[in-house]
Amino acid sequence: MNFMALDQSAVIGQADKMKPAPRALPVRLSGVAYDVGGLRLIDGLGLTVAPRRRLALIGPNGAGKSLTLRLVQGLIRPTAGEICWGEHAAPPAHSVALVFQRPTLLRRSVLANIRHALAAYGAPRAGREDAAMELLEMAGLADLADRPARRLSGGEQQRLALVRALAAEPELLLLDEPTASLDPQATQAIEMLIEAAAARGTSVVLVTHDLGQVRRLADDVAFLHRGRVLEHGTADEFFDEPQTQEAADFVAGRLLL
Amino acid sequence: MAESPSALSEAFQLLISADPALTEIVLLSLQVSLTATLIAFALGAPLGALIAVSRFPGRGAVIAVLNALMGLPPVVVGLTVYILVSNAGALGPLRLIYTPTAMVIAQVLLVAPLIAALSRLTIEDMHEEYDELFRTLRLTRFAAIGTLLWDARFSLATVALAGFGRAIAEVGAVLIVGGNIAHVTRVMTTAIALETSKGELSMALGLGIILIAISVAVNAAVGVARASGRRMAAI
Amino acid sequence: MKSILRSALLATALLGLSALPATAEDKPFIIVQSTTSTQNSGLYDHILPIFTEATGIEVRVVAVGTGQALKNAQNGDGDVLLVHAKPAEEKFVADGWGVERFDVMYNDFVIVGPKDDPAKVKETVGIGPALAAIMNATAPFASRGDDSGTHKKEVALWKTAGLDPSGASGTWYRETGSGMGATLNVAAGMGAYALTDRATWLKFANKGDLEIVYEGDPALFNQYGVILVNPERHSHVKAVEAQAFIDWLLSEAGQSAIASYTRNGSPLFTPNATSTRIKPAG
Repeated sequence: MNFMALDQSAVIGQADKMKPAPRALPVRLSGVAYDVGGLRLIDGLGLTVAPRRRLALIGPNGAGKSLTLRLVQGLIRPTAGEICWGEHAAPPAHSVALVFQRPTLLRRSVLANIRHALAAYGAPRAGREDAAMELLEMAGLADLADRPARRLSGGEQQRLALVRALAAEPELLLLDEPTASLDPQATQAIEMLIEAAAARGTSVVLVTHDLGQVRRLADDVAFLHRGRVLEHGTADEFFDEPQTQEAADFVAGRLLL
Repeated sequence: MAESPSALSEAFQLLISADPALTEIVLLSLQVSLTATLIAFALGAPLGALIAVSRFPGRGAVIAVLNALMGLPPVVVGLTVYILVSNAGALGPLRLIYTPTAMVIAQVLLVAPLIAALSRLTIEDMHEEYDELFRTLRLTRFAAIGTLLWDARFSLATVALAGFGRAIAEVGAVLIVGGNIAHVTRVMTTAIALETSKGELSMALGLGIILIAISVAVNAAVGVARASGRRMAAI
Repeated sequence: MKSILRSALLATALLGLSALPATAEDKPFIIVQSTTSTQNSGLYDHILPIFTEATGIEVRVVAVGTGQALKNAQNGDGDVLLVHAKPAEEKFVADGWGVERFDVMYNDFVIVGPKDDPAKVKETVGIGPALAAIMNATAPFASRGDDSGTHKKEVALWKTAGLDPSGASGTWYRETGSGMGATLNVAAGMGAYALTDRATWLKFANKGDLEIVYEGDPALFNQYGVILVNPERHSHVKAVEAQAFIDWLLSEAGQSAIASYTRNGSPLFTPNATSTRIKPAG
């Protein structure tokens, strides 16, 4: 598979091109609450997303992981508490990218999807075609460039959504269960893309239920339960010595009720 | 009806004779209604999209009015345009009364609300799906509307067809502002009205059959273009 | 690709508009506000090519009811008025909207009705008794009801006969509110009596069970007049071309063109211009 033969020089070249963007990192959440219809789904959440780290957000369903991602992206505003992105009260434009669990692809070709994103990110018109092809090659989708995006397989769609997010050259990449319901091969392809992005200096926050994936990808782990962060540390610490009973149960695969 | 068989043969004879007068009427009908539909689409579809993506006080009322305007009676539109373009009217100095241009204006007013209302409906559904993506991309409203219009293009083609259907079939507006002048503003529907008033019912029905055939042909052409385009864009 | 499509659409729309034979003044033309009865009779298809051939002036006829024709002409939406409601025409001139009225031609009105003639109109003498027979029999009667020349005439005939059918509107007296042809279609459809001008009747193709049941009373005389819309009221009126048309209608050539329009050998209109217009000095 050609995405495995990643052209390192191209990757480094892209990192060199990265303009001195406004610093969105670290992202600090303190005392954050978020209500939906009078229900407090996030409550007193504190979390720091550090530069050049890969953080896994884990926890049982309904813990507030996806909401946290949306808060960090700036898609939703907290009901209470504070979030700051570096020195900023809102994320600098295109500094934080988010890939949804079921990504929305435009009703156009694979290539046109990337071109559209590049245009939205303000990439100069002249270089868009080349930049788009470069990204598709990175995703191993170059051969499918003219295919309708919505006819791709699940794994291909997820890869497309991932490089579309990377088209902005974000400082921080947020991923909401990017490999849920993908087969191992497709999962591996996605993980390689994430690692390549991290290697270029992009910070990553990953929501996942796959603890194996956490071990493979994450430097740090934040364990969420009922809208709060119960534990936050390095992945090794978390797996070796969980501090709370809930985390221990979760790691051991017991149901958290 | 005794007219039916003779109407069919009348239609058939008109067609095989390729009567130049008929050709002229058919071409003018197509020209007026296609032009009106294109202009109405250029105005109505972006307006519909704008309403679809905007939230403002009174939005519900605007949509209700727009939906009601879909059923605007052609005669009322014709009368309104007549008052405007009549030589005694506000646009009188432009000398538009009894010209195909006046007919186009009337049909644009008739069709644009229909296209806007149906576009709003189509685009609103799609916008619901795209909204989060747009917000992560930080698209401007203008860019969002452009994206939605393009991605909804195949549904919007059907919307345009509905507009064309209304334009080509209406008689009330074009009769008033066009005057049904032979060789100048006579179109299929006004010719049918004229033949009916002469009591030439077979001829009128024959023209009606041709009008339906034209409508079917236009629909089929757009349908084929749409299907093949859709296959390529694959949605 | 998107922008190409956009500009293609735009170009098509613009082409469509520009290709429309709008107000392009490449060939001189005038607009005649006239009545459905004259158009439906086919008279214009016969005489206008002769005039255009002779002068190069195209004549565009807008055929509506006399009431609407008068109103349109008053708005300046025509150069010439050719209708058949003498009192209304004279008022139009008196109010300054028209320059002068000339008699052009006449035909006559007839009453048509079902062949079996349930109201026994055929046995009556005089238009008054004929109308009374219809009213007494409460036989269906289709009226134009549209303020047209024919409608004005019909109303006047009832009034002269001392009858008032308006109370029966909706029962046997049916006001169609439409043109002559449409009203005859209604009459044919429901077996009603109707007042029509002879020319329209002779050319009317959907006679069904109808035939002429009354004709010949001098009161049924139907005079057509022609008027130049006053250029002092509407400066854009093409007075020269319009006047040329009126002069031609009143001339030997125009009058014989009208006379030569026949159906089964009989003329549909009888030309009766009394004088050609005397051109004012200057």
